[in-house]
Amino acid sequence: MNGLLGPLLALAGAAALAAAADDRRSGYDFASPEIRAMQDDDTANPGNLWVLQGETLWDKRAGAADRSCADCHGDARVSMKGVAARYPAFDAALARPLDLEQRINQCRTEHQRAEPLAWESEDLLAVTAFVARQSRGLPITVSSSPELRPFLASGRELFEQREGQLNLACSQCHDDNWGKRLAGNLIPQGHPTGYPLYRLEWQGLGSLQRRLRNCMTGVRAEPFDYGAPQAVALELYLMERARGMPMDAPAVRP
Amino acid sequence: MSRQFSAPRGGEGRGEVGGGGVSNRGATHLTLPVTDVTDPLPLLPQADGEGSSSPTRRRVLLTAAGAGLASLAPAAEATEAAMTEAIRQLIGEAPLEPRKVKLELPSIVENGNTVPLTVSVESPMTQADHVESIHIFNQKNPQPFVAAVHLGPRAGKAYVATRIRLADSQRIVAIARLSDGSFCSGSADVIVTLAACTEQ
Amino acid sequence: MARVLINFPQRAKRGDIIEIKTLIQHPMETGYRLDNKGAAIPRDIINCFTCTYNGEEVFRAELFPAISANPFIAFSTVATQSGELVFSWSADRSQTQTETRQINVE
Repeated sequence: MNGLLGPLLALAGAAALAAAADDRRSGYDFASPEIRAMQDDDTANPGNLWVLQGETLWDKRAGAADRSCADCHGDARVSMKGVAARYPAFDAALARPLDLEQRINQCRTEHQRAEPLAWESEDLLAVTAFVARQSRGLPITVSSSPELRPFLASGRELFEQREGQLNLACSQCHDDNWGKRLAGNLIPQGHPTGYPLYRLEWQGLGSLQRRLRNCMTGVRAEPFDYGAPQAVALELYLMERARGMPMDAPAVRP
Repeated sequence: MSRQFSAPRGGEGRGEVGGGGVSNRGATHLTLPVTDVTDPLPLLPQADGEGSSSPTRRRVLLTAAGAGLASLAPAAEATEAAMTEAIRQLIGEAPLEPRKVKLELPSIVENGNTVPLTVSVESPMTQADHVESIHIFNQKNPQPFVAAVHLGPRAGKAYVATRIRLADSQRIVAIARLSDGSFCSGSADVIVTLAACTEQ
Repeated sequence: MARVLINFPQRAKRGDIIEIKTLIQHPMETGYRLDNKGAAIPRDIINCFTCTYNGEEVFRAELFPAISANPFIAFSTVATQSGELVFSWSADRSQTQTETRQINVE
């Protein structure tokens, strides 16, 4: 089996080795065919109801500056492409990372001179969903710059520390026991590729922070406040852990 | 700094958490029940969906937790009897032919809040021979009706696809009224599991 | 005005059976949920959905609390002639919402 086949087989072997080394799978891979079908059909994905709203808000003037997102950023399909895939990102002025929701609100307060949108409000979810949609299919690429390192370390520590009355760490389910079942549900690896997403349990769209709060309530720990530095550090760690995986917001999950 | 994932240990479905990797600090070893999913853990009444409604679960909750649960939402319990009565109201004394009606829905669902369902009926959908309506019932939600769909020859095909809420593992029944006044039916059984890690 | 997604082929041949998919944002409050003080949250669901084709009703669905939030309804109709498809959702407590779409039939 030489000639053409030889190098092809060698390539296949190398690819197989590479695949074996990366057994990361997104929540999409753990979802049932029905949930995947719901996500894949743009006309039937409930998350798109929020994307539609976000598209309207993008053009809406707001605040004392009477500006819309579009006035600075133009066509979101161009300017927002890849943006959600690299958040949380470091903000030099504040010397800490901001997640996408915080960045949107920063634009609102500093550039539109408007009131920030409340966490988990319909409007903030809509704009975040619209921006995140523009990164669909693109790999997660949070910055690996040194300034993020202490926050990343803090996020990792939070992921691995036991907490709550059930005294469980995130890593115990999502690193050590993914693929097994927790009271009937398949445990995923916990990658944030699809946020903000439509969770069937919520019957609505929600942010990654909302989902993390659910997990913390699940182990009977006091959840972090929305926007708390621990919440953002954890988001940063999760995105780094999922580096290279393609975004699929707005996803549908059980 | 990508984390290497270890292969899942133990058999699929063991659901044992707390071993390996992380150091054990005393009695924190948990073995979570592998589900007999037709009778999930007795939980407090859910604040979503249509409420937990199986009679045994309700007894357990009422004896275990006393007064607090006496204030369950209005009539949060439908039984097979309610569904049978609802069907009888629809068809009267007419016979029910268990044929032609097909229900497509997953046999096991991860979340009962949004279960995709398609009901289709074999019919030429002509003026002379068509489906007039499709009526969908459930067995264990607080009330037995799901939807009643009115069609006609202009539909071309007799079907409806939607997403339904299921409070518990149960049977869904669909009855089609044909243009000649007769009724056909079909049914499907679904196992409903509950989400892990919720807002409560 | 609740957000809506409606999808069907905008062009069809006369006699084709076309699939219409609709999705509307609505919580479909069942009336069985309790708030955090223990009081029942009042029922508010979309109870009826209709589709008319150039004025004639071609589909009607009566909905009950067992229909999920953000109701998705898909059905079919025969493309008979060009014109207007009018979709209408009526709810227990809110205004009826209507959406109109054009269809081209050759």
